[in-house]
Amino acid sequence: MKPSRFDYQRAETLADVHAALAENGNDARVIAGGQTLLPMLSMRLARPKLLVDIMHLPELRKIDAGRNAIRIGAGVRQAELLAWPELARHQPLLAAALPWVGHAQTRSRGTICGSVAHADPSAEIPLVMLALGGTIELSSRRKRRSVPAAEFFTGMMSTARAPDEMIEAVSVPVARANTGTAFQEFGRRHGDFAIVACAASVSRDSISIAVGGVADRPERRDFPVLDGGALDDALDAFAWQLDAREDLHATAPYRRELVRRMGRAAIEEARRCLA
Amino acid sequence: MPRLSADRRHRVRFTLNGRAVEADAEPRMLLTDFLRHELGQTGTHVGCEHGVCGACTIEIDGMPARACLTLAVQADGATIRTVEGLAPRPGRLSVLQEAFRRHHALQCGFCTAGILMSLDTYLRSHAAPSETDLREFLGGHLCRCTGYTPILAAALDAAKLLREAPVHA
Repeated sequence: MKPSRFDYQRAETLADVHAALAENGNDARVIAGGQTLLPMLSMRLARPKLLVDIMHLPELRKIDAGRNAIRIGAGVRQAELLAWPELARHQPLLAAALPWVGHAQTRSRGTICGSVAHADPSAEIPLVMLALGGTIELSSRRKRRSVPAAEFFTGMMSTARAPDEMIEAVSVPVARANTGTAFQEFGRRHGDFAIVACAASVSRDSISIAVGGVADRPERRDFPVLDGGALDDALDAFAWQLDAREDLHATAPYRRELVRRMGRAAIEEARRCLA
Repeated sequence: MPRLSADRRHRVRFTLNGRAVEADAEPRMLLTDFLRHELGQTGTHVGCEHGVCGACTIEIDGMPARACLTLAVQADGATIRTVEGLAPRPGRLSVLQEAFRRHHALQCGFCTAGILMSLDTYLRSHAAPSETDLREFLGGHLCRCTGYTPILAAALDAAKLLREAPVHA
């Protein structure tokens, strides 16, 4: 399994990246950590003519913690964010989900934004972006724009990014007081893509549940505060509304049942954090 | 760096086990193949070639990483360690390697180089790992011979020895 041929350019400025994408469109791919792109190249699921390496741009290697949001640059590796001492305090849901991303040996190279760009429906980081109401910052020669996560993931490995745009950073809100969060995942082995993953967020007046691995993209529902049978009914309705996938790992009914059970468990765990 | 063209070979330079090395690679050449075929360092093994099995794990800039998920051209300028760099001198094994031998932590040996490189990096920053920590960390490696139990025993033993006499892993 060897990749097909491509040119390689190590970008020295953001303008280099924008120019390469503007001139080559879909024939060019940005490479950051390469932990999902390299397997796709080796399996020849992707055959770009040009790879633009963005890991030597210091301006993309930054984690900026503002009062309301954490901005994570496109060059920030998953292991770097996980090792950031402020992460658990500023955004505990992200801190809970990151250890589920691949293995330590891939988190050391893989980036947060790379996972968002790849948009695998089972991946944890896109799920957390949706659960938290994060935004994706895109830039090109033409313009800059921010897209909410709810609009960014448009289907199986497809996103709202135009061919000439790069993801420059993503932002997630800083955790609010009086909000409890929890992350749960079910897979055959730790480090595999999730069969189903759930991210729950609970406040005094609302419950939010986001699930990955079920449909062709992460999905989220918000409920008022519900309990007992009413909460089970709401989760059941959510599970039925999901266009659940069927593959060799699990059937669609099995995935929906996991949403009911794990969704409930995640919400209860989030409640315990709140208490 | 200018755009490197697909059908030419380009000079790649990095530090390998403390020594400056260089050779030529097409942009699409994986770091595994560069190490083995261009530099003749065949200690790094190639298993699944898509990041799942862990056999090709090496240390890049101080972190464990899959050589098969890295292009040789991406590694230009990096500091790399491979299994060839573990033994302190010829004829002598590192503390970790010695523990693997004592505990029969390998049979066919195909996965061993990758596991050694992962553990070598890990034990330097985690002096007293629990068995649970190690199981979690070794989740990134497949071994089809040992059932993992002797690997865990070797890793725990090596960690203990390194705590008592902190030499290089």
